[in-house]
Amino acid sequence: MSFEFAKYKREISVAAAYLALLLVLAVAAPRFYDAEFHDTWVNAAPMLVMAIGATLVIVARHIDISVGSQFSVCAVAAGLLAKAGMPTPVVIGATVAAGAAMGALNGVLVAGMGLPSIVVTLATMVIFGKSLSWVRQGEWVANLPAGFQWFGQSQATGQGLIVIIAIAIFAVFAWASRWLAAGREVYAVGSDQEAARLAGIRPRRLVFGVFVLMGALVGIAALLQSVRFAEVDPNAGEGLELQVIAAVVVGGTAITGGRGTMFGSLIGVVLLGTIGAAMVFLTRQAQWDKAIEGAIILAAVASDGFSRRGRRA
Amino acid sequence: MAQAAGAVLQLTSISKHFGGVRALDGVSLALEAGEVHALVGENGAGKSTLIKIITGAVQPDAGSIQVAGHFLEHNDPSLSRRLGISAVYQQPALFPDLTVAENIALRLEAGGAWRVIHWGRRRSVARGLFEQIGADISCESFIRDLTMPQQQLVEIAAALGAHAKILILDEPTSALTGREVNNLFRVIRQLKQQGVGMIFISHRMEELPQIADRVTVLRDGKCVATLAMAQAGKAELIRMMVGRELSAVFPKTAVPVGNVVLRTKDLNCAETGIHEINLELRAGEILGLAGLVGAGRSELARVLFGLTPADSGEIFVNDKPVRINSPAKAVRLGIAYVPEDRRRYGVILEMPVAANTTLAILRRISRMGMLDFARERRIAGALVKQLATKTPSVDTPVGQLSGGNQQKVALARWLATEPAIIILDEPTQGVDVGAKAEIHRLMSELAGRGLAILMISSELPEVLGMSDRVAVMHGGTIVGELNRAEATQEKVLEMALGRADSGALA
Repeated sequence: MSFEFAKYKREISVAAAYLALLLVLAVAAPRFYDAEFHDTWVNAAPMLVMAIGATLVIVARHIDISVGSQFSVCAVAAGLLAKAGMPTPVVIGATVAAGAAMGALNGVLVAGMGLPSIVVTLATMVIFGKSLSWVRQGEWVANLPAGFQWFGQSQATGQGLIVIIAIAIFAVFAWASRWLAAGREVYAVGSDQEAARLAGIRPRRLVFGVFVLMGALVGIAALLQSVRFAEVDPNAGEGLELQVIAAVVVGGTAITGGRGTMFGSLIGVVLLGTIGAAMVFLTRQAQWDKAIEGAIILAAVASDGFSRRGRRA
Repeated sequence: MAQAAGAVLQLTSISKHFGGVRALDGVSLALEAGEVHALVGENGAGKSTLIKIITGAVQPDAGSIQVAGHFLEHNDPSLSRRLGISAVYQQPALFPDLTVAENIALRLEAGGAWRVIHWGRRRSVARGLFEQIGADISCESFIRDLTMPQQQLVEIAAALGAHAKILILDEPTSALTGREVNNLFRVIRQLKQQGVGMIFISHRMEELPQIADRVTVLRDGKCVATLAMAQAGKAELIRMMVGRELSAVFPKTAVPVGNVVLRTKDLNCAETGIHEINLELRAGEILGLAGLVGAGRSELARVLFGLTPADSGEIFVNDKPVRINSPAKAVRLGIAYVPEDRRRYGVILEMPVAANTTLAILRRISRMGMLDFARERRIAGALVKQLATKTPSVDTPVGQLSGGNQQKVALARWLATEPAIIILDEPTQGVDVGAKAEIHRLMSELAGRGLAILMISSELPEVLGMSDRVAVMHGGTIVGELNRAEATQEKVLEMALGRADSGALA
């Protein structure tokens, strides 16, 4: 099968934008590569893991805006378990299970009861978030054991480990979305749920599974984030849902479902992550990055609109 | 072609290219006031493109358009509408969440956002239009609750209300039953007397002499001939359309009928109004399911495929009692279902031909959990060849194919499952004569291979020509059964209308 450039136009153009940005930085601010470039990838790792789940959810023509709250819950849970002296494998297992359980709740409400995912996850976003602040009263989890930070490794090794874990998860899902029957089925359900059902696919079971996977991936992302610091911020996940959805959409996944690739989301995450850091680095002013991010998202969605119009003519 | 005296629409030497494809090549057509002008041709002959040029949806590369003697420099949809051009399409384009009356009002009422809406008048206008065409549709229904034929009648009513001078009817009868067709023809004759010129597209050749004055045949984007309908024989028209003679129209060959593969006993489904269904389907047999729209034929198919599971009664597959409560279960039992509304339920438009073909057999083409792409392309390629699907490649998104070819992809998906039982809901609706003959030949071939076929069709000649047995439905149940020898149009219709004293049957 020959590689079809037309089919991956969006992914290629976003990747080109990323490379162009790196090139501009290399010329205009070579010092960016001393430390910031490295940091953008470490920062991007948890985002990437969540974006993988969000890609599945959006391709299936759903949305999950509770992932930010799920992230905070998972991060605090991981911190508390580590502080209680649990061995790291137990902490990891329990955190991922907590995420999967929250995803399963979304899944039951959306797939089982047929409620619209935007309303369900808006509700669970508030429920998860407010329950956490009620239980914890906004308290940070401090005095984490040394064995927890960087998974007990040195900072350099730990940072490398985080990026490698994220890339490995990405690779698994990129492969599965193309090579597994279940991956193909997610695209089919997102394109046309009724047609998929008629073809013998079980859309409800599939959508439930996608939400559970989303939750489990949030658990992993929360772990990758919380091992980076000495304390766990109970509001670590605030606003993350929008960043994740933005990265996925910039990466070419259609918000209307059925279309999108894992590679696109990877590029979307690193592009948005790098732009923010680069703006701060270049202008020494932090308030610009959000505006630039917004402009990129609009540009991405607008290019979708134009290319669709072009196809119709 | 010279300008005719009373021509309301004159197209001269229209050409249109899409990329490298020549859709229309020097087509001329004159439509006179009060004329019904049939436009026939195979799928892909250029009928749809020609219609789009008349309605201004597409601009021609060359040629001219005259409406009532005036040349149109540049046509667009709103201009053509102002000039009194209306089109009723095969796929109704209505707003599903608005009521019938509101949909009609949207087409008819002029004015700004601040005008006051007269709800009573809206309803009475809609009601009047339906009275005119003899349709029994409530003005307060939501479009989404209407069947496709009903939606089509709403479209026709709206065009009627817009006082169209030029009315394009794009396969208006393909989803209608006999009574509705007669109703429509009555309305068309009425419009004729008011001087409306109509372009009438249909694949049902036998109905053209009833309604059309002249007929234009398109083939491969070229105008083959324009004839007076009285001089055009059916065989001659078909020959002009396909450029070759079609041998038999219904080549159902007799094959030995095997064991009973599907049997139902007192099947009921309250949700769809299906009750006391007793039927038997044998291997190698084509069972035709006749009846009027609303008699419960598609609903029965949905019950048998697990879309709306039965709430009582029994189903036996190969003499084993089974419960079919989801399509996934039906697929596992070897049942395939090609639904009527293929655009909505059949194919996934974004996905390529290959992926659509294998969608129901993904597990089967996986090796150690991984999809076998080479095998997928082989299966899809073989079915493209077998069904003569016109597609550039198996990687082409199905949305880019013509309607008839999308239909073939939907069929290919089910043939790929190698089913034992296949339910075909209106298998030839809206396909051209060439493809129709191909589908009929294929059905015969499949039956010959031992497949049991349940065919739902509103076209009586098709039912009579293709079926080994005909089961007739009325009011949600099977009211009678006829074998091939005893089935006639009159008997089937009588049962379908619920008038037969069918005591011994069912």
